[in-house]
Amino acid sequence: MGNDLDIILKKYKQGKREDLIPLLQEIQEDIGHISEEAVIKVGRFLGLSTTKIYGLATFYDRFRFFPSGKIHIRICHGTSCFLNGSQAIINKISEQIGVQPGQTTRDGNFSYEIVSCMGGCNSGPLMTVNGEFHIYLKPEQLPDLIKKLKYIFESD
Amino acid sequence: MEDLKTFLINKVLLSESDTLFPETEKVLQKVSREKPDKPLIFISSGTSSIIAGSEKTCTSISSYITENEPSASLVRVGCTGPANFEPIVCIQLPGKNKLFFRNITEEKVEPLLNGVFHNDINEDDLIGQTGTSSFELWPGIPFMDKLPFFARQRRIVLRNCGSYDPESIEEYIARGGYRAYVKAIRYYTFEEVCDIVERSGLRGRSGGGYLTGLKWKQALNTTSNARYLICNARESDPGAFTDKTILESDPHGLIEGIAIASYAIGASNAIVFMRSGSDHARNKLQIAINKARDYGLLGHNIFSSGYNLDIVIRKEPGAFVCGEETALINSLEGKRGMPRLKPPYPTTTGLFGKPTVINNVETLMNVPIIMQNGPEWFRSVGTESSPGTKIFAIAGKGRMSGVVEVEMGTRIRTILEVIADGIREGKEFKAIQLGGASGSFITSENLDIAIDFDDLKENGIGMGAGGFVIIDENTCMVDLVRYYMEFMRNESCGKCIPCREGTGRMLEILESVIRKPLNEESGTTLERFKGVMQLETIASVMKDTSLCGLGQSAPNPFISAIKNFRDEFEEHIFDRKCRANVCRGLRSFSIDVDQCTGCTACAAKCPVNAIYGTRLQPFFIVEEKCIGCGICFDICKFSAVTVK
Repeated sequence: MGNDLDIILKKYKQGKREDLIPLLQEIQEDIGHISEEAVIKVGRFLGLSTTKIYGLATFYDRFRFFPSGKIHIRICHGTSCFLNGSQAIINKISEQIGVQPGQTTRDGNFSYEIVSCMGGCNSGPLMTVNGEFHIYLKPEQLPDLIKKLKYIFESD
Repeated sequence: MEDLKTFLINKVLLSESDTLFPETEKVLQKVSREKPDKPLIFISSGTSSIIAGSEKTCTSISSYITENEPSASLVRVGCTGPANFEPIVCIQLPGKNKLFFRNITEEKVEPLLNGVFHNDINEDDLIGQTGTSSFELWPGIPFMDKLPFFARQRRIVLRNCGSYDPESIEEYIARGGYRAYVKAIRYYTFEEVCDIVERSGLRGRSGGGYLTGLKWKQALNTTSNARYLICNARESDPGAFTDKTILESDPHGLIEGIAIASYAIGASNAIVFMRSGSDHARNKLQIAINKARDYGLLGHNIFSSGYNLDIVIRKEPGAFVCGEETALINSLEGKRGMPRLKPPYPTTTGLFGKPTVINNVETLMNVPIIMQNGPEWFRSVGTESSPGTKIFAIAGKGRMSGVVEVEMGTRIRTILEVIADGIREGKEFKAIQLGGASGSFITSENLDIAIDFDDLKENGIGMGAGGFVIIDENTCMVDLVRYYMEFMRNESCGKCIPCREGTGRMLEILESVIRKPLNEESGTTLERFKGVMQLETIASVMKDTSLCGLGQSAPNPFISAIKNFRDEFEEHIFDRKCRANVCRGLRSFSIDVDQCTGCTACAAKCPVNAIYGTRLQPFFIVEEKCIGCGICFDICKFSAVTVK
């Protein structure tokens, strides 16, 4: 992991303030989240204090500080999905997985987040499970779906 | 391939005259597949198609082609428009008109293609045909542009969407693309380009409606050693997907617009600020930028004109407020995306203190057409004060949904009743939400307002960036306003007090309106009334004193809802009733003794232990304790829990 960081940092030769956000984004894409180690290294590289970097990263809701689950669920909560009942879907998922949006389950299997619009307004409510779309969701079909996903871990 | 590239550059882009030689035209026709000599199958590949399953359709079409029709070829194009028809498949047989089919999922591919190739067309999935007089007609099949969805549209910005392969720069050039840009950098000065755009009367499409040409001139007239152009493509309004569709369907059109705009202000750096999460659109744009660079349309000393330009894509890190110009600049400088005080405006002191022009995708998409057809032509489209067209993303409860483009001056009623084809499932129309989370509602009385910057402004409605959400009677307005306020509360950056505190307090009060109070006798009722009386004051203070557009427009949904749906609010507050039956806190639950089997499932799940009973005997709900969460209603397998 340490090596990956160095490779990413090398791409930004001069290391200016405006590189901070792309740098953090790249680290997150690579590692999956922004670790403490990454923040310290980036701080040394750019000559910024770690508090400044945390201050910036926590402002934006795309940065994660904990690894996401093996199965990551994104639920659309745009206006159209909301009108078609996405609130019920969110409640159901919270209940089934047992964590709140933005959190990861303790065993590291599941995590989920709410996004504002995915562009599938016609097929809402919708969500993605590791990038795969599930459309026209109904709250009652979720327990089965989650059970199926949980089964993957149990059979391993 | 290399020959085609040099041919396109020398004979088309660098051609001295506007009309091309007939033999050049012939090659272009071949490149743009205007007269195919073998069957062509087009499939839409935008986000909405992928969500509907176009990837699977694509695989099954390719396997059909290899097995049965090896002469046919498959082309992935952008979105045509109607999202509820996705995945759309278009088939063109040699010498015949194009046929469009809707909802072609994986399993429908084989019967469809069998039918078309053996002249036995399934009418159920058919949308219509398009073509010119040189092709053979399909008898008895309607023309696409005669269909209500398309007939009232005027597709200028979206003209290329869905008709070419977004990954092919050759096709875009063959369709007349990039010629306006090359002409501009070779023959026009900066001021002349600004002048043309100013004379066209193009107004910024992101909601404000500021004259684009004037904005450019301000940046151009500021003395500086560097200037920047930023394309704001981060629409993150819940329920808006116009920019995404454009980026996925016509990325070269956007690049040309950015390039001309950058030239007009003398900027050699352009930045596309994209929302995170739309990786598909970003990939398409990145491919297009690489191709344009390969063709020498971007880079150093473009076509020996002495002009340099490079376009980079930056991904936004996730903050709604970054749609605001100054917040966007802060974010690009590697700071927290908080707005700055204006003036100075970005056109004089913007990114890194240099003059910066920020335009949104739709505005920039208009630029190449203006350069091609001239400002007078552009003025002839639309209305006197707002020339051109406007793109909307129709979503919600309409029968049709998708991205549409209408001429300015079109009545909202036309969009609702003709293009969107009314309300789904015969429900009653309630309102249209124009312009996303900071927009306002249009009710049935206001439906005859025309889409025009000034006309809408007179009625106190903002144009917005393109959200057009249709709401039916099943939606509770109070709940919807609460939803928008929750969104705004989460997205408020926290810099200025009116917005930070105002959104939070308004949300609290709205929540108290739809929540069931634990005890009507305690102070909660009084608190609720007190709060409700304050709502309008908070809204007006926020509108007047917030620093940026986000705070100023955050109370808009509330203000327009209370104006138009006051009775519904009052019903919630005084009668404690929700007519749409959405607000769960206002419902009372009871158990039907005949249906209840006494399985104890509801009692076990009740968070406040309001359900009592003995196993295998009917249970009952203590209403005083019930908080109206509805868990018992969801969990009951025997539908014994009833709602009132």
